[in-house]
Amino acid sequence: MNQLSLPLGFIPLVDAAPLIIAKELGFAEEERLSFDLKRAASWSMLRDMLSFGQVDGAHMLSPVPVATALGLGGAGGRLDALQVLAVNGTVIGVSRALAARMSAAGHPFDFADAEAAGHALIAAKGAPLRIGVPFPFSMHAELLYYWLGALGVHAPQHLIVRTIPPPLMAEALASGEIDAFCVGEPWGSVAVETGAGALLLPGAAIWSFAPEKVLAVRHDWADANPDIAGRLMRAVWRAGRWLGASENHTTAAEILARSVYLNVAAEIIDRALAGELILSQTGAEARAPQFLEFHAGAATFPWRSQAEWIGMQIAARLGLDRSQAVTAARAVFRPDLYRRNLAGIVHRMPISSDKVEGGLVHAETLTGAEDSVVLNRNRFFDGRIFDPTGGKVTKS
Amino acid sequence: MTDRLSIVVVEKDRARALLIVDSLRETGDHNIFVISEETSLARRIAERQPDLVLIDLTNPSRDMLEELTLASGPMERPVAMFVDRSDAAQTKAAIEAGVSAYVVDGLRADRIKSIMDAAIARFHMFHKMRSELIATKAALDERKIIDRAKGLLMRARGIDEDAAYALLRKTAMDQGRKIADVASALATAAALLK
Repeated sequence: MNQLSLPLGFIPLVDAAPLIIAKELGFAEEERLSFDLKRAASWSMLRDMLSFGQVDGAHMLSPVPVATALGLGGAGGRLDALQVLAVNGTVIGVSRALAARMSAAGHPFDFADAEAAGHALIAAKGAPLRIGVPFPFSMHAELLYYWLGALGVHAPQHLIVRTIPPPLMAEALASGEIDAFCVGEPWGSVAVETGAGALLLPGAAIWSFAPEKVLAVRHDWADANPDIAGRLMRAVWRAGRWLGASENHTTAAEILARSVYLNVAAEIIDRALAGELILSQTGAEARAPQFLEFHAGAATFPWRSQAEWIGMQIAARLGLDRSQAVTAARAVFRPDLYRRNLAGIVHRMPISSDKVEGGLVHAETLTGAEDSVVLNRNRFFDGRIFDPTGGKVTKS
Repeated sequence: MTDRLSIVVVEKDRARALLIVDSLRETGDHNIFVISEETSLARRIAERQPDLVLIDLTNPSRDMLEELTLASGPMERPVAMFVDRSDAAQTKAAIEAGVSAYVVDGLRADRIKSIMDAAIARFHMFHKMRSELIATKAALDERKIIDRAKGLLMRARGIDEDAAYALLRKTAMDQGRKIADVASALATAAALLK
């Protein structure tokens, strides 16, 4: 056998699936790896476990390696994003009282139109709007600042974004500590089940192709262990491809539901995998396109333009030097390692490691080096287009 | 007394909190405050303006403290995690023991060292006790399920306890599984057939 045991960390969320599936369905074994999965209680704990060597790789919020590179939070060295683990998969929910007021004012809860939903939310609550997110550096927080900022609601006068651990989100909503939340599944659906709130929008309604989680490792570790890093990436990539096939969702939900992983009913997990959400206790349902992607549309490719967008958003909000932030952010996403390590199994590699974010209304086929690459719809709700500067480096 | 350090300990369990406070007091005359309530944790801590915050690494509420690393108001002092980047060994020891510390920026490392050493020792003990408790509970659970399976076999096949145990052990060995797993499968099947 000669398997190498590799300690990896995860947070109990649906988008930890690529690591869990790679272990459970033998994709790790195929690469002679045995994943020793450790469940962490918080993102800061997982980041520190990774930084200080208790795990060698982790399921991580995509802005965390960028924030770490900018010296925000954590005390360890640089973290790199080897690949994107999941695109989208978050939901925005509001308290029951607020949902009732929005309904009474005529909001249809279509789970699609971010502009209408934003206006309805602002009208129903007024300032300041208090919204819970799992972590200060998360796509959840970035999407909220982007969405409400575009609608004229700015922090800190009109918008207060608070960090609340996902398992406590429903309680915070019920106690009136927050008015709304943005959280990864299954926690939004759990809040619906417990009756604490109703779902308003999928994160994908704000940005239809947002890199949500990445596979993060220590920069030094990736350098010192190129062979293991490559095996890890291939195992996780194959698990993502398996998860991308809709016929596998039921099996995936059953595995994720186990007590050692999410410990949540498979039926609830299945909603996120299928992109069919139950919005409230009255049973209203919605089908959200591109709700959560593990594979399609080159979902796992770590685009430098994604890192740059994250770096720019954080720098603008915290008043950091933008060009330094862009350079630092771009360096932590590693399309170079993706190309090197997945060349044998990913036949379609994009030529550039940058793309225009927000520029695709429909899925589009790019002409690639050997074959064509299909990119999925990639739009911001307000139609803005983010053209990466490329930083100082134009090629990866 | 500008020399006294102000320390906040975030801990729900009162007995544990007292043990932590005791061991911190041994390192000097500090101003120690325990927070056991987790709602609005970041605000509660910011109000105290502590020099040092100690929290269990496995506490999910720890993410709330990350907000403190960003000074959002003119009166607030940004805090950094742990002493500083130079003392990686102590940071690593702290993580292994299961304690995380948030320290106000600019506080000298030597003023914190003895406190951190005491906290690490204390949390290390908690960590060990918890692991032992989990192991003990798992062993008890296994024992219970094996006893139940033995009972089922004794009744169904009219054999004595030793023979029932031998049968379980042989089946487990033949199938390459743990005795507890075989027992658990048997108990589940029996419940279904009832």
